This record gives sequence, C-alpha cells and structure tokens, in this order.
Amino acid sequence: MIKTDILIIGAGPVGLFAVFEAGLLKLRCHLIDALPQPGGQLSEIYPKKPIYDIPGYPSVLAGELVDNLMEQIEPFHPGFTLGERAETIEKTEEGHFRVTTNKGTVHEAPVIAIAGGLGSFEPRKPPISNIADFEDKGVEYIIKDPEFYRNKRVVVAGGGDSALDWTIFLADVASEVTLVHRRTQFRGALDSVEKVIELNEQGKIKLITEAQVTGLNGNGSLDEVIIKHKTEGDIVKSTDHFVPLFGLSPKLGPIGDWGLAIQKNAIEVNTFDYSTNIPGIFAIGDINTYPGKLKLILCGFHEATLMCQSAFKIINPDKKLSFKYTTVTGVEGLEEG
Amino acid sequence: MDIKITVIDRDDKAHELDAPTDMNMNLMELCKAYELPVEGTCGGMALCSTCHCYVQSEHELPEATEDEEDMLDQAFFVEDNSRLGCQIKLADEIDGLIVKLAPVGE
Repeated sequence: MIKTDILIIGAGPVGLFAVFEAGLLKLRCHLIDALPQPGGQLSEIYPKKPIYDIPGYPSVLAGELVDNLMEQIEPFHPGFTLGERAETIEKTEEGHFRVTTNKGTVHEAPVIAIAGGLGSFEPRKPPISNIADFEDKGVEYIIKDPEFYRNKRVVVAGGGDSALDWTIFLADVASEVTLVHRRTQFRGALDSVEKVIELNEQGKIKLITEAQVTGLNGNGSLDEVIIKHKTEGDIVKSTDHFVPLFGLSPKLGPIGDWGLAIQKNAIEVNTFDYSTNIPGIFAIGDINTYPGKLKLILCGFHEATLMCQSAFKIINPDKKLSFKYTTVTGVEGLEEG
Repeated sequence: MDIKITVIDRDDKAHELDAPTDMNMNLMELCKAYELPVEGTCGGMALCSTCHCYVQSEHELPEATEDEEDMLDQAFFVEDNSRLGCQIKLADEIDGLIVKLAPVGE
C-alpha cells in the first residue's frame, strides 16, 4: 500500500506543479496517471507545440514544460503510479481516502487532489452500433499479449504507428492479418509504412486501403467485419478478431461515480480553495468548473497553490501555517521515501 | 458582419447559427459557443478529430492540410466531404455553409 499526504490524480502540468507547492509546505505527494508517462495532454497530444502564455516564458514547447516541471519537483521526490487508472475510492476508519487503480494498486492519503484534465486517456472506440456486444468477444481496443492472436485471423484498422507496428508484428503470429485504412497514405513512420507495403506484396498480410470497417456481425462472438471500400462497395470479411487502433481520447471515467458534484463533465469547486463537495477532495486544473473558469495551465497553477494551503490545514490541524517566499527560504527538499 | 451556418446535429436536428467573422473563430469554436455536442478536446490544433464533420453544401473550402488528413485517420466513417471543424475558419466565403456532425464513439 502506498501512503502519502496528498494523492494527486493526474500527472499533467497542474498535478506536477501541485507537488512543488505541497513540497514547500513539507507535504508529500504521490501521483496516479493512466498514461505511461507524466505530462498528460502535453506529452500525449502536443509535445512539440509551443505554448505562449506561461508567465516568464515567451515560448516553451509543451514537452519542455513537462521536463522543467519534473526538474522543479525533483527535490520533493514524488511517487508515481503510471499506466494505471484511479478506479475506486473509499473512506478508511481513520477518515483517510483509499484509492485503488484498475490494476489493483492501493493508495491511502488524507487529501485527494484531482488534477485529471479532461479525464483519463482511453482507446477511441468506433461508433459502430453493436460494437459493445463484441468487446472481449473478438473486439479488442488494445493489444495486451500478441500471443493471444496466434493462429487466429485478425483485422486491424487504423493508419498510425500502432496500427502499422502491430500489423507487422502479428504477420508472424496470426494466421491471417488484414490492415484496413481509409486512404493510401499513412501517418506512421516511413519505414513501418514501407514494411507493411512489402509484407502486402509478399502476401504475408492483406492491406485494404481507401476502406473503413463499418459493421460487425457474429452470433455471441465476432464472425465477420463489413469493410466499406471507396470504389468497390462493401466487402464482408470473416475474422476472429477486430482491433481498431484509432488513438486515445480522454474520458472522465470512474471519477464520475465518486459522488462529486459534476456539471458537464467537470467537477464543481469552491474558488476559496478549489475544494469539492466532499471534504478532503480538491479538484484543480481543466477538470474543475466554477464561475469564470478558464481552462489554462497558468490558472491551474494558481489553483494548485491555493489548494495546498487548505490541504495543509487538513493534514496538520494543530499546526500553524506561516507563509514564506522561496526567495527568502529557497527550496528545501524532502527526504526520499 | 455575421454569416449564417447550419449545423445538423447527430439527431438530424438543424441549428441555424449566427457566426461572427471578425473574431478569428473556427467552426469547432462556434459549435462549442452554441453548446452543440462537439468536444474539441485538443482546443483546435487539429490533434484530436473530435470536431469531425461532413460539409453538405457546395462551398469551395480551402483544401485540408496534411495535418488535417492525418488526424482524420483517427476519425470514424470518414467520407470525401469530411473535415475537421477546427480547421474551417469563419469567413464571408462560407456564408450559408451546411455541415453535419460526424458520429462519435462511446
């Protein structure tokens, strides 16, 4: 079990900066994030985009901002549970919160700060009406273990690196691999594209371009996919598996069921300290809403800072909090562990 | 100053919107301003495809960039008239534009 002072859900820029402000108050933090790396949207969606409204930086690449934040919080040795999604929350006997991830990692803390941005990143699901009927019965949105596909027929859809890479990998594992993509160009890495074209020419995979999977058929489990080709019309293809790989998109997810007051996918907070309707749980950054809310990183930094003041009082009810400038005291790190 | 744009939502309901051309806005932002169900997750950088729509009127729009085409690869049920709303600038030339919001997954 992981114990900490403030359990931060979401390791985007605002969650990361909360570690710094908490650290100045000698509070320890641990972060949970569904993505395998810190940085949230900045790392996942736009690492190479410049941001122009971070005070003091005329321009900074999103990826650089994340690197800098990681460096800034290093003295406070935050813990990370990455690649796992915060799933359930319960109160312990001593009044702390116990948060368990989808992989069963248990965390305990007196204060929770939800810095979840737009939610946790989940595979994008095609809007095919009966797709839910075939989930785990032939339709998988991520490939966990390629061996699962040994000697099976697989239809992969998508045009990015994951679709290309898995097509190449599965060519030697599955009995038949078909890659369906909506146009003849791919956005994936050039050598992967060349490899896929070569495998297609060698007859080791089937490449169907200018086509999209638009329907699924089966009785209990998946039997066939309907592929709509731009010029040839519908192609019905027998298969054991359909793996749509269309990237990730954020979903509010299980946090929506934690009993928090929610308005249009955002958590309502009091702007005094960004507290939610549940005492001890705060929400900062893009995931919260209040009159006048702006979804800006710099606003999230402010919210994180004020949140830590109230968190301190919850964690140390008998201690007095004296406000200090870093210019006076410097940054005193916390010991590891 | 304003132009008219018709947005047909996913329940086939048509919304005729007044769209300002002097605020450097795009179609995704317009839909959000009218609280139509468009996520615009990435904020308009052509990096998420949640504003995928079909252009149903005969307007000649500037061609999609390679970035936009790449991102349409992450959309579903893409057609020849598919575009990302965030890449359609509100301007006099598109007065009377009719678009339909594309289906989104769960």
